[in-house]
Amino acid sequence: MAQKEFAGQMVDVNEEGYFTNPQQWNKEIAAAVAKEEGLELSDKHYAIIEFLRNRFNSGEALSIRSINKSGIVDVKEFYALFPGAPLKKSTKIAGIPKPSSCI
Amino acid sequence: MKRKNRRICSGDIIFLRKYFVAFYIFSIFDKRYNKSSKYFPMKNILILGAGTAGTLIANKLRKRLSKKEWSITIVDENKEHYYQPGFLFIPFGIYNQNDVIKPKLKFIPKGVDFIYSKIDKILPQENKVLLEEGKKELKYDFLIIATGTRIAPEETPGLLGELWHKDIFDFYTVEGAVALAERLKSFNGGKLVVNITELPFKCPVAPLEFIFLADTYFKKRGIRDKVELTLVTPLPGAFTKPIATKMLSGLMEEKNIKIVPDFNIAEVDNQGKRILDYEDKAVEFDILVTIPTNKGADMIERSSMGDDLNFVPTDKHTLQAIGHENIFVLGDAANLPTSKAGSVAHFAADFLEENLMSAIKGEPLKAKFDGHANCYIVTSYSKGTLIDFNYETEPLPGRYPYWIGPFGLLKDTRLNYFGKLFFKWMYWNLLLRGHHLPVTSHMSMCCKEKPE
Repeated sequence: MAQKEFAGQMVDVNEEGYFTNPQQWNKEIAAAVAKEEGLELSDKHYAIIEFLRNRFNSGEALSIRSINKSGIVDVKEFYALFPGAPLKKSTKIAGIPKPSSCI
Repeated sequence: MKRKNRRICSGDIIFLRKYFVAFYIFSIFDKRYNKSSKYFPMKNILILGAGTAGTLIANKLRKRLSKKEWSITIVDENKEHYYQPGFLFIPFGIYNQNDVIKPKLKFIPKGVDFIYSKIDKILPQENKVLLEEGKKELKYDFLIIATGTRIAPEETPGLLGELWHKDIFDFYTVEGAVALAERLKSFNGGKLVVNITELPFKCPVAPLEFIFLADTYFKKRGIRDKVELTLVTPLPGAFTKPIATKMLSGLMEEKNIKIVPDFNIAEVDNQGKRILDYEDKAVEFDILVTIPTNKGADMIERSSMGDDLNFVPTDKHTLQAIGHENIFVLGDAANLPTSKAGSVAHFAADFLEENLMSAIKGEPLKAKFDGHANCYIVTSYSKGTLIDFNYETEPLPGRYPYWIGPFGLLKDTRLNYFGKLFFKWMYWNLLLRGHHLPVTSHMSMCCKEKPE
């Protein structure tokens, strides 16, 4: 199992850099992961991250669509906050697995 | 004379004795039967939806359960059964409507009550289902939800605009596929875009098959060089799993089909004939073939039993609806992390049947579904490939079924194509009627190779 250092702490990650143990996550680590992705986290970023972590912990599926249910941002704003691939970036920063695309 | 009379008399006595013995035995059984009816009244299994999943489980259960103890009722609002894998061939004139439609009733076994009705909602706390805005109610001991999935183009702004079924088409409905067939006939060149709106969607290989068949169709018409074929997808590539993606991407490149990955459609610009994503990336089209958002039945939402897309949260191994001990879910209606495909419903049915038998006896549910899916992928008018996978194992190259299998997994062969065509016969004659097919319900690792 690969490990990577963020904010002075070692965390377990997979080959794509996603946390394999969401328990190892904290806000400082999130900021460090975000920095690698070229992002500075605002309160809105943290609010979305919290929403994603709660949803993940309750076993609900994560999708672009589910962001509309967050009450924090709509999908367009979600893209503005995490440009490029918002769900992939935000889940990586939130320390949870990359949403699997079931096909 | 006397002798004769005595003989007749004796024969009569023997006959009467036999008659009374038979009557006595019958009366004992009859008493027992009536007793059992009195103290153990008929129990009800209710199946919602008579598509692939509902029909085949109705057939299996009617064979398995005593008609004296169990009534089985199936409800559906449509009278026609669609062979959905055939929709793909309609736009190219390979099949027409008559090839894919038969009456549902033809496939419902004797001893199963069929009710044509809209379903209002399920009341799981009361073990009953309301039909047609509460006009009638059906009670159940066990409920099987098999209401499938539908396309929901209304979820994407502009998709149902002025170009709908003029230059924008789906091929997941008969109407869409037929309208697209007409449009393709008059199409003499330009941009044909196939767009996947979001996941999950039914038959995940269908968009690839469509675009491969379009390639052959335009080649046959001698205008392939005038048509630009593009797949626009929210996925990072042609498919999700790496080994299959590699094989399928190679085929796309070979056929000069472009791919625009990581594109989440936000809206359709009907005037400009463009689709836009959330970052205002735009792709222009002359014909747009859309795979719209897929949703479970609206009835699931009315029953407050679904997720964001009205799919029912379901235990992925036991197929029991989460939080409901006497409700099971089969086919596309479930939120299982595997393909929404007829093959999944077919394989899962065996596990559901076993678990339902256990539930009836009050025993733990032992049968564990592994997410087994199996899909033919046509790659032209004469070749095809095949994938076989489950929750844990991605599609791998090899042979199917077993080691003797004539079909090549992740191999582009003529036999695979004919396998897909032959499957139509198997579907109508064996699969729907709940007969055993010569394949295993769980995924087998036999004859699969993991590439280095």
